[in-house]
Amino acid sequence: MKSFTYEKVNSAEAAASAAASNSNAKFIAGGTNLLDLMKLEIETPSHLIDVNGLGFDKIEPAPDGGLRIGALVRNTTLAADARIRRDYGLLSRALLAGASGQLRNKATTAGNLLQRTRCPYFYDTNQPCNKRSPGSGCAAIGGVTRQHAVIGASDACIATHPSDMAIAMRALDATVQTVRPDGSTRDIPIADLHRLPGDTPHIETTLTSGELITSVTLPKPVGGTHIYRKVRDRASYAFALVSVGAIVQRDGTGRVAVGGVAHKPWRVEAAEAEMPRGAKAVAARLLEGARPTKENAFKLSLVERTLGAVLTEAKG
Amino acid sequence: MATLSFSVNGEVRALKLDTRTTLLDALREHLHLTGTKKGCDHGQCGACTVIVGGQRINSCLTLAVMHEGESVTTIEGLGTPEHMHPMQAAFVRHDGFQCGYCTPGQICSAVAVLDEIKAGIPSHVTGDLNAAPHLTNTELRERMSGNICRCGAYSNIAEAITEVAGRPA
Ligand SMILES: Cc1cc2nc3c(=O)[nH]c(=O)nc-3n(C[C@H](O)[C@H](O)[C@H](O)COP(=O)(O)OP(=O)(O)OC[C@H]3O[C@@H](n4cnc5c(N)ncnc54)[C@H](O)[C@@H]3O)c2cc1C
Ligand code: SF4
Ligand code: FES
Ligand code: FES
Repeated sequence: MKSFTYEKVNSAEAAASAAASNSNAKFIAGGTNLLDLMKLEIETPSHLIDVNGLGFDKIEPAPDGGLRIGALVRNTTLAADARIRRDYGLLSRALLAGASGQLRNKATTAGNLLQRTRCPYFYDTNQPCNKRSPGSGCAAIGGVTRQHAVIGASDACIATHPSDMAIAMRALDATVQTVRPDGSTRDIPIADLHRLPGDTPHIETTLTSGELITSVTLPKPVGGTHIYRKVRDRASYAFALVSVGAIVQRDGTGRVAVGGVAHKPWRVEAAEAEMPRGAKAVAARLLEGARPTKENAFKLSLVERTLGAVLTEAKG
Repeated sequence: MATLSFSVNGEVRALKLDTRTTLLDALREHLHLTGTKKGCDHGQCGACTVIVGGQRINSCLTLAVMHEGESVTTIEGLGTPEHMHPMQAAFVRHDGFQCGYCTPGQICSAVAVLDEIKAGIPSHVTGDLNAAPHLTNTELRERMSGNICRCGAYSNIAEAITEVAGRPA
């Protein structure tokens, strides 16, 4: 690990301005992704700003009947919150499908959204990777691509976003609240937080330099049956090959977001109009324009079948 | 370099450390509490599991300096060979290990798992999110999945934990 200086901050403004005064600084929350990457020198911040003292650790009612989740609320706390379990079961289920008990005790809401890809070539510093080292090429393209994206990818990068929680947040239409170094705040719809790779796969979100996430807000509950189905190589403690997060209403309408297929949580609102017609119709719209490799083309039928299982389960 | 003062197994300890030192390395290399093991050093095996402020975490993926003023319990703090913690005794009784390398992490994790179930925290396999979780074998195995045992002592580990929880395996 490269050496770094360390500072604990106690206000959001202090955090943002500390980040502004050092372009090579990083926020650290749970540390479960950042430290992993720092050990491999994939991340090499010269300064760490510990945000754990900011007190963004509450889940509070939001004015419009939703819930405002502090950026530092731990994944375990969020999944176990009685209001989340009752009204946003999809979020509890997605969180509980991710990582391990130990990791969820540390992982935070903001850190989870901002975790980086699990592309094995990104992790292998002997390989070219446009995300890790812009302009060096992409070792995954032409390599082993079973885990990689099937849609929304580019000639520069075919990585996926690994978060389970983000799939639920996308289906629930969450918004992300931030503060910038100049003190200004903004609301970012979750759909606009993560970017597709394009020519700049190293730029993964629309956050600007030093922008701090303070909370994530869920709109008021939409009811329905909440299901998160994750398909992976072992039954627990493994990242998704594909995952389907769905909210299904009694009349068969609803929402679907899919993980493991793209550089961001994948949701196509137009595809949801097909829900009453079944999984095949939804999957066709949702994955229109997909460009899988030979090795990961199975993900297209896996999404359709997983969605089929979810819709059947929703009928009870 | 940075300074750190925290409580380890009930004793206040002060250290001067490189900021890069993980909690795991602080415990093993600086405090010579070598019960906590380093397996993968990347959050993938659970050998480094310790209990901080009542919650189990992977000590390899957290910086020691982030734990100023906090209270850490390691396997050495749970019990001693003369006065074993009930979970330690149950692992011995049920042969919940072979080489023993994963065992301190398994035991710290297991102690915390029983507390998590008591606190009503659901898991991936909990059927009804709105009901209190039950301590079934499936629940135990899911909740312990963050602790890998390369010797494959899982069945005996599950039996040991079940005994401490007060239910037949
Ligand atoms: C073995 C293993 C298995 C895993 N399995 C899964 C899985 O199955 N599913 C899954 O979804 N995840 C999984 N994870 C990933 C885990 O969920 C993430 O590591 C965790 O959610 C990151 O949260 P954190 O708080 O620890 O983030 P950190 O590591 O602290 O930070 C991550 C990033 O977010 C930035 N950041 C943190 N907080 C803020 C903030 N408030 N504002 C702006 N930037 C911020 C940091 O600068 C950093 O760039 C796994 C991890 C491991 C190690
Ligand atoms: S797919 Fe993206 S992350 Fe993986 S090697 Fe290519 S550029 Fe890097
Ligand atoms: S050593 Fe920490 S999880 Fe493996
Ligand atoms: S007893 Fe050997 S690794 Fe578990």
